[in-house]
Amino acid sequence: MDPGGRVNIFVDTFAWFTDPAHYTGSNAVQVRVFEHLELSALAVLIAAAIALPIGLYLGHTGRLAFIALNVANVGRALPSLALLAFALPIAFSLGLGLGFWPTLISLIPLALPPIMTNAYVGIRGVDRDVIEAARGMGLSEPGILRTVEAPLALPLILSGLRTASVNVVATATLGALVAGGGLGRYIVDGLALQEYDRLFAGALLVATLAILVEVAFGRFEARAVSPGLRSPADAL
Amino acid sequence: MPNARGATVEFRDVTKQYADQVAVDGLSFTVPAGKICILVGPSGSGKTTSLKMVNRLIEPTSGAILIDGTDVLQEDPVQLRRRIGYVIQQVGLFPHQTIEENVGTVPRLLGWPKDRIRSRSIELLALVGLDPKRYAARYPAQLSGGERQRAGVARALAADPPVMLMDEPFGAVDPIVRDRLQAELLRIQRDQGTTVLFVTHDIDEAIRLGDRIAIMKDGKLVQYAPPGELLAHPANEFVAQFVGSDRGLKRLGLLTAGGADLDSGIERAGVDPRAPELKASTTLRDALALMLERGVQQAPVVDDNDGRYLGVLTLAKISKMLGSQA
Repeated sequence: MDPGGRVNIFVDTFAWFTDPAHYTGSNAVQVRVFEHLELSALAVLIAAAIALPIGLYLGHTGRLAFIALNVANVGRALPSLALLAFALPIAFSLGLGLGFWPTLISLIPLALPPIMTNAYVGIRGVDRDVIEAARGMGLSEPGILRTVEAPLALPLILSGLRTASVNVVATATLGALVAGGGLGRYIVDGLALQEYDRLFAGALLVATLAILVEVAFGRFEARAVSPGLRSPADAL
Repeated sequence: MPNARGATVEFRDVTKQYADQVAVDGLSFTVPAGKICILVGPSGSGKTTSLKMVNRLIEPTSGAILIDGTDVLQEDPVQLRRRIGYVIQQVGLFPHQTIEENVGTVPRLLGWPKDRIRSRSIELLALVGLDPKRYAARYPAQLSGGERQRAGVARALAADPPVMLMDEPFGAVDPIVRDRLQAELLRIQRDQGTTVLFVTHDIDEAIRLGDRIAIMKDGKLVQYAPPGELLAHPANEFVAQFVGSDRGLKRLGLLTAGGADLDSGIERAGVDPRAPELKASTTLRDALALMLERGVQQAPVVDDNDGRYLGVLTLAKISKMLGSQA
């Protein structure tokens, strides 16, 4: 261990961030951050569009849950790099080329399991008596799901989305391996060119972005979830 | 206060068959409009199943259940349930909604205008004894068990249902609160004129609340009668055991001193001075307890309102009243 070397890296990274050259052109920090967020957001949105309806429906009916959840969990077991390798030929065969699309395709399976599992578990966990009362009062089945089960499962649904988002933001760096944009660019290029200040800057930006996403979800959750679901002491 | 008209509820040879057992077997009885009918029996007697067939949370295998002559099986279950109040033991208030929002559930489903829902919710909270100013904006988690049950009753009554189903609604609250809730249910039911079907396994609750009591065993109706008749003439050994060996005392709990055959030939001044003065509304059960406590054979009875002397109640008369119907 050479303490001096470590200090140098931090100094160099700081210097990298203060260099105005890194804020202009197609490789500018703000451009890469935007690309990264765009890719991540789209991946989470598509995954949510697939996983939420399935998770909510299965949670409501309690049907086929075993199969669906296991299929979703396969996504968890597959390494992201392997997914990227799978996604490449798919993207090529669809004429989507390198970069953005194969990365997007490989990120979606990563985001599906936490979203689907949490939606399912959240809905299943709603008090049976509350649902029976709702049905007994004449709420339709979609009405029960929309106005009773979903709001009550919201904390878990949101935490699934949050986990998925943080995972995707962290993993979207892999896109740079297949000529994609985003913050992975700095890491992959920094590694290739042995420019460790650039590599560190990229890693730092990804970590910061992931934390910000986490915090933003926390804020949103505090607003979106009914005060009635907090502990009685808080609500009073 | 809007006086909702209760509906007649008729079970016509209703059977619920599950794969391995018959839960309800050929059930037939009629609850007159505006009356409280208590379904009572041991666990597994089919009382809750019977109740849930009325709003089709459980579908009968055969038979018909008619509300004011219309078979519930001919109706859309969702629409049907909006016209039937439903209260369960665990209440099932929506934890994410305020008490006011909870109470407004069915009116909202029926598409009432917002201000009407609001005024109705406020009115109902007051009716069940929850001060709207204090409770309307609270969440269920902020209420005690008894308060939640009141809110549950308010929610069930919101759209003036002609029929209300109650499944052991007071089973989970402590005896003092239960006693108060029972009294308020009677008041509200008289006031609203709703027909109530009420499931309990507590015979004392049944006797206190019921206009009619349906005793069930193994999915069959064993006896269907007003409480007084049930206590005086139990149909068989099972009913006699179920109502308890103190059924004579329970019957006295349904009768009042004012309604007894009083001896008015005795002067007020001539009554044993140790005797307790009874109000006409005192139940004979309480009167008996007081007389035994003081060791007297007779007690004067006075009018509740003006204190006018009505006559003397004697132990012999009480005993004779029990004997005459036994």
